[in-house]
Amino acid sequence: MVHSSDNAYSGVMVINKGVGARTAALRSSVVLHAGMAVSGLIMVLFLLAHMYGNLKIFEGRQAFDGYSAFLRVVGEPLLPRSGALWIVRVVLLLSVFVHIYAAFTLWHRSRAATRGKGAWRYESAKNRRGVQRSYSSFTMRWGGILIGLFVIYHILNLTADYIAPGGASSSPYQRMINSFSIWWVVLSYVVALIALGFHLRHGVWSAFASLGANTSVARRRVLNGAATVVAALIVVGFLIPPLVIWVGWVR
Amino acid sequence: MKVTLRIWRQHDGASLGRMISYDVEGISGDMSFLEMLDVLNERLTVTGEEPVAFDHDCREGICGMCSLAIDGVAHGPEGLTTTCQLYMRHFSDGDIIDVEPWHAESFPVVRDLIVDRSALDRIIQAGGYISAPTGAAPDAAANLVPKKAADRAFDAATCIGCGACVAACPNGSAMLFTGAKATHLGALPQGQPERNARALALVNAHDAEGFGGCTQIGECTAVCPVGIPLDMISRLNADVLSALGDSGI
Amino acid sequence: MTGLFTVGESIRDTKSPEGPLQGRWEARRFGAKLINPANRRKLSVIVVGTGLAGASAAATLGEAGYQVKSFCYQDSARRAHSIAAQGGINAAKDYRNDGDSVRRLFYDTVKGGDYRSRESNVYRLAEVSSAIIDQCVAQGVPFARDYGGLLDTRSFGGVQVSRTFYARGQTGQQLLLGAYQALERQAAAGTVQVNTRHEMLDLIVIDGKARGVVVRDMVTGTLETHLADAVVLASGGYGNVYYLSTNAMGCNTTAIWRAHRRGAFFANPCFTQIHPTCIPVSGDHQSKLTLMSESLRNDGRIWVPATAGDARNPRDIPEAERDYYLERAYPAFGNLVPRDVASRAAKNQCDAGRGVGPGGRGVYLDLTDAIARLGRASIEEKYGNLLDIYQKITDEDPYQVPMRIYPAVHYTMGGLWVDYDLESSIPGLFVIGEANFSDHGANRLGASALMQGLADGYFILPNTIGDYLAKNPSAGAVDESHPDVVAAVDAVRERINMFLSINGERTVDSFHKELGAILWEYCGMERNAEGLAHAVELIRALREEFWTNVKVTGGNEELNQTLERAGRVADFFGLAELMCLDALHRGESCGSHFRTESQTGDGEALRDDDGFAYVAAWEFNGDDAPPRLHKEFLKYDFVELTQRSYK
Repeated sequence: MVHSSDNAYSGVMVINKGVGARTAALRSSVVLHAGMAVSGLIMVLFLLAHMYGNLKIFEGRQAFDGYSAFLRVVGEPLLPRSGALWIVRVVLLLSVFVHIYAAFTLWHRSRAATRGKGAWRYESAKNRRGVQRSYSSFTMRWGGILIGLFVIYHILNLTADYIAPGGASSSPYQRMINSFSIWWVVLSYVVALIALGFHLRHGVWSAFASLGANTSVARRRVLNGAATVVAALIVVGFLIPPLVIWVGWVR
Repeated sequence: MKVTLRIWRQHDGASLGRMISYDVEGISGDMSFLEMLDVLNERLTVTGEEPVAFDHDCREGICGMCSLAIDGVAHGPEGLTTTCQLYMRHFSDGDIIDVEPWHAESFPVVRDLIVDRSALDRIIQAGGYISAPTGAAPDAAANLVPKKAADRAFDAATCIGCGACVAACPNGSAMLFTGAKATHLGALPQGQPERNARALALVNAHDAEGFGGCTQIGECTAVCPVGIPLDMISRLNADVLSALGDSGI
Repeated sequence: MTGLFTVGESIRDTKSPEGPLQGRWEARRFGAKLINPANRRKLSVIVVGTGLAGASAAATLGEAGYQVKSFCYQDSARRAHSIAAQGGINAAKDYRNDGDSVRRLFYDTVKGGDYRSRESNVYRLAEVSSAIIDQCVAQGVPFARDYGGLLDTRSFGGVQVSRTFYARGQTGQQLLLGAYQALERQAAAGTVQVNTRHEMLDLIVIDGKARGVVVRDMVTGTLETHLADAVVLASGGYGNVYYLSTNAMGCNTTAIWRAHRRGAFFANPCFTQIHPTCIPVSGDHQSKLTLMSESLRNDGRIWVPATAGDARNPRDIPEAERDYYLERAYPAFGNLVPRDVASRAAKNQCDAGRGVGPGGRGVYLDLTDAIARLGRASIEEKYGNLLDIYQKITDEDPYQVPMRIYPAVHYTMGGLWVDYDLESSIPGLFVIGEANFSDHGANRLGASALMQGLADGYFILPNTIGDYLAKNPSAGAVDESHPDVVAAVDAVRERINMFLSINGERTVDSFHKELGAILWEYCGMERNAEGLAHAVELIRALREEFWTNVKVTGGNEELNQTLERAGRVADFFGLAELMCLDALHRGESCGSHFRTESQTGDGEALRDDDGFAYVAAWEFNGDDAPPRLHKEFLKYDFVELTQRSYK
């Protein structure tokens, strides 16, 4: 705040601007949300590609394992072996880090803004679930944590082959068959995917809105519709392989 | 008709508040919610009790001074309605109604149902204006404003600054208020020179006041008495992001 | 009337320059002393009120470099009641090429005010009207536009040119937000200190000059003194003296009434505008009345059932059994007759038993024909927000059922007397906006209140106050220990303690309601000598009871809304009496003031220019002595006085 300057017309002052404002804005909730949105959308793109790969299970062991091997050689000889894969992994890891950092920072701020109580800050027990909000908007934070834990379990299970309840194998195809022949593994994936579906239902819409793409009431409907479609596509697309393996259509 | 009110009573900012029950009888459906509180207060005054303090002024839905979370909902159950324009015909005989001030860390309670919303003024101070000193204006017809832009600016400018968006937001965010101002001024040709700088200034002030971020849930726009749409937050987000890349500010 | 007041000297000098009308404002500005920009920041100004006049003045003075302190009783400067103005703002832009001009706006305003306003002031108002629109557009006020991107205008309140700029039905809101934002910009720049939830309780006058105010911090109860080189009151009108009015609940007369008691003349207090199109009272609980912009009269037709007591559903009353009484009696202007004429006509219909709705105090305003002609969408575009408000309040759909309307107190043309510089009879005390009496005479035209508030605040006061400040350098160190300051604070404290110690049986509101009912009955749309004299007695008796039987709970050192109201109502008593006295002494009918003794054969107002072509400026003479009347005789050099006729 400039109190007064040599110029008596200090009133003719413009908005506090320049470097300071930009640096401060970089820490703003708007930028954190944008970070969350971009990192989230990167992960959504990855999920779509991952889902596409999973569906190759229907083409049989050879094709599936071949695709897996291809992912390690793609880009050669420009890139070293597994180079492309590691680029993707690093980008994903960064996205995860940004996503989680932004989530926890924003969570903290929102708690601080509401005496730590969020929507529960009113004595009235009526309408605590708001007047219109979607169920998925409730589940973003705890749902996100659940998904994060699941991802660790999933990597240890199918990528690293460390958790191998149905038996370890060097064939990715076989690892899938082994794991998804066990009911509780399938169940754990179903639960996680439903959580992911809810997360994406609100997350995809919210990401676009955070980036400025919500430009009208009609666009809000379109983006919400698109988010529902993306969420459903990913949930269904990912659920098909475990379920068909479990019921025994793919062996 | 008769209703039972459970009202948040708090003597001042330093003391603790709690809910206290009052029965109010002889209510007609043509009374506004605030007129119903007037009836209660007249009774309390005569019996020597402290009347319930609540903010109100124009009582026609435009000044933005009235507040109240009624059954946990800012401005009560009717959409597009301020508390002063909420009529008792929307309640039923025997209802138990919870009446609380708007709780948010940036809106400290002053007394009973009155909170301090000066944080919203400080957001405007930071950049919620077009710098147009008196006397410097060109002829009003010098700038053509496409009707669509004028209407968009008007829709945003109808925000009454009541703070219901903050009261309803699970994150305690004032982004709907802030976004409405950015949209109002940013939609007009006159607002372009300061648009990017304004977006940064508004958002920085918003965060500095301790409001939370926007998670695009939409509770704010649902309780907004003038229906400021959620896309105005997105407009502000876009302006902030483009401002970060604008080397001209 | 004898004994009720005395007559003092007439007011001769209003500081208005002589000569051709169009040169006067320029002459005054050129004659004003200027202040070096570097010296302005050593000068301080207090502005009370943050409506259109107060916010625009404080912002502009801040931009000029003065140290400004602004005060309002609301929790934010943005909430002042200017925000509720609906219809529009006049300006002589002549964008429509329909024959408008500064001269015509001036003429319409003087004529509309029934020749009881000052020519110089009104001409200046018309002159600066254009610049207001420019200023507001530059600030980002989203006025209505046509598809070519140009500003749209409409005809308003019976005027035959389209000079009213508007922002849907929320023009006041948009203009106020423009001024508020300019004000907050100065707050950030450090030139204006905005004090919200502070109520002015007295004026500090030292050596005959206004030097500060006593305010109460409404959160803590602390009594503060603020001293400055000049004081500006922009505290709005006093329509709430009637209890039921279209004013906000907090609107009050305390700032100007306290200044009046300190020596500022109060001019034409009886000139109160009763707005014809408000939503009727629905019951005893009613706390305020809501205006429906009279722009509705452009498209709505006003009628009552032709037979008294006809309680049929309005849709079932055939055309032949309806009386479109305004169209019938005033074929030239029809539904667009001036506010006072429309109001009184509605009252007469209801008095004759043809009123509709609960209690029979209402007439129909019917949009059916307009909807048929223009389509529902067009009506929605023009009046949507008004009709929504109507539906919320009455639970009736105005697109289906004719609206019910009835007159209500809306605006007060009277106010503190000011000269051409907007300075009151206390040097250094300036009064702007509705708080002064200046431009509207006995009746205000629609869409002129916003114009006057902003003209005063943006363009007139910032020029004239500089002249005062240049000629009255601070008399040196006046601080809070000055005996006059101490005395003022002590008086305020004593008064508060008095309220708190009475501990009677009746609530403040019950007194206010009773006072309002007296005024509405005897000093409302029709007044007569007998009734007014009776009202004075009733008011005095009620005031007596108030000071012995009011109950104010709580204490001073806390947020205490009952105490706030007690102070305001106490001041309304004095004002109410002065209003009745003013109405009693003005034995003519003019503008909003209709004396039953002074009417033509067919019941129209009959003005008496020989007897009453003057401004009645009242001087306070102590609680126990009658007030003294000073007349400022009005000279009309450029307008010919005619009896208004809207036939």
